[in-house]
Amino acid sequence: MEKETIISAINLTKNFGHFTANDNLTFEVKKGEIFGFLGANGAGKTTAIRILCGLSSPTSGEVEVAGFDIYHETEKIKKNIGYMSQKFSLYEDLTISENIKLYAGIYGISRKQRKVKEAELLQKLELEKVKNKLIGDLPLGWKQKLAFSVAIFHDPKIVFLDEPTGGVDPVTRRKFWDLIYEAAHNGITVFVTTHYMDEAEYCDRVSIMNAGKIEALDTPAKLKEKYKATNMDEVFLKIAR
Amino acid sequence: MIEINNITKSYKETKALSGINLHVDEGELFGLIGPDGAGKSTLIRILMTLLLPDSGEAKLDGLDVLKNYKQIRKMVGYMPGRFSLYQDLSVEENLNFFATVFGTTVEENYDLIRDIYYQIEPFKTRRAGKLSGGMKQKLALSCALIHKPKILVLDEPTTGVDAVSRKEFWEMLKNLQQKGITILVSTPYMDEADLCDRVALIQNGQILDVDSPKRITDKFPRKIIQVGAQNMYKLINDLRAYKKAEAVYAFGQYAHFTGFNDEVETIELEGYLQNLGHEKIIAEEIPAGIEDVFMSLMEQ
Repeated sequence: MEKETIISAINLTKNFGHFTANDNLTFEVKKGEIFGFLGANGAGKTTAIRILCGLSSPTSGEVEVAGFDIYHETEKIKKNIGYMSQKFSLYEDLTISENIKLYAGIYGISRKQRKVKEAELLQKLELEKVKNKLIGDLPLGWKQKLAFSVAIFHDPKIVFLDEPTGGVDPVTRRKFWDLIYEAAHNGITVFVTTHYMDEAEYCDRVSIMNAGKIEALDTPAKLKEKYKATNMDEVFLKIAR
Repeated sequence: MIEINNITKSYKETKALSGINLHVDEGELFGLIGPDGAGKSTLIRILMTLLLPDSGEAKLDGLDVLKNYKQIRKMVGYMPGRFSLYQDLSVEENLNFFATVFGTTVEENYDLIRDIYYQIEPFKTRRAGKLSGGMKQKLALSCALIHKPKILVLDEPTTGVDAVSRKEFWEMLKNLQQKGITILVSTPYMDEADLCDRVALIQNGQILDVDSPKRITDKFPRKIIQVGAQNMYKLINDLRAYKKAEAVYAFGQYAHFTGFNDEVETIELEGYLQNLGHEKIIAEEIPAGIEDVFMSLMEQ
């Protein structure tokens, strides 16, 4: 059975004055897929992510996210997606518990439901004992795991991860990917950007952008075959250089 | 060229550095490899005389970081992690500014930066704040080099930078090394360790190991089995469930498996996975990489 399409972009174009940041992007992402969105700095990834999250309108093109139209239904899109980046995720001067409460409130989760889910989450991440600690006092690895869990706390259809693993140690980075796999396994679509090329291998499919265009889009195995490369690092260098 | 003896530094209760000993030889390209919060920037700031250690001593080219800080500042080039340029000045103005501060001119040392600077020269009237990430990085490096330093220190120059620009940046560093500059560079990317002559692996304010990347991986005693199969998520879960599994981690398209006492054989893993219905199974023993070693050391 063909899997449900959760993101569909047809000729998505975004101009800033005379500069074309996104040039006719056409792609689909399926439900439960881990979709790697790669590209060099300045290739246009952030612009595209902002559009897909309903924060910016394209200049032209047809785009649907979680079944909603990107021009007219941005509020519905925002309710159905989660977002996490390395730079912004949680409030440093609130406790773990307060952060969860805040996000649950924003997404309109009932008090009762929040309590159940919070307990589950704290138990899974083994954070029960430190739930009243300020986020600012936690090690980076914990923060990131928590930020991810909070980003999917409202069971979004899609979660956007913008360089979620920058700077963390190699063990934590891998534990983070365990969470990503688990979320995808549970049907959440994962749309992720990264500069770690080994992480590109963990994606079901990968798109590589260069100068505003999608230059390649396929499974890591097929990309390696096509570009006669032994790993994704080589594929990336061949396309983006 | 750089001597670090028993340097300790705490921020309130947090111990940022506990007894660091290191030396960097003249002309070496030396890497400080570790994640965020390991203590890399603290150590670098102490060497750059911007931060005082609680105890211990450090010397750069024989000059003490406490007593001779003025001389040190004249002979080192420092590229901090956060962008160090004046956003409102143009490319050219930034470079002239740094040259003037160090009592020199752009012309005098142009040779040293030519290969780097020519790439941004077409934009020399553009404000630094309007440059792309890669161009800012090249300008910051040019500014750090304009007074012809003996030692170049770079704090995470490639963090958040894409794979292509990272590669180009390391090529620039190699070229500078050829010109006789001693280079100390920090990075959270483990794969960059292989580009250094020697590295220190650093975690929680402590040095886990110092050596050439090759020796670090060669002397690693554990047996690593690289395992591949069609379904990665299931593969990792199944490998972890194996009774003799000590550590299982994803490594790109494969998983790396370490068994208790290194007693697990590849053939035995293959059989185990076949019984669980895995397809396209590959299991082979491989030499360790820097990341394998780092992960093993940090878990001890």
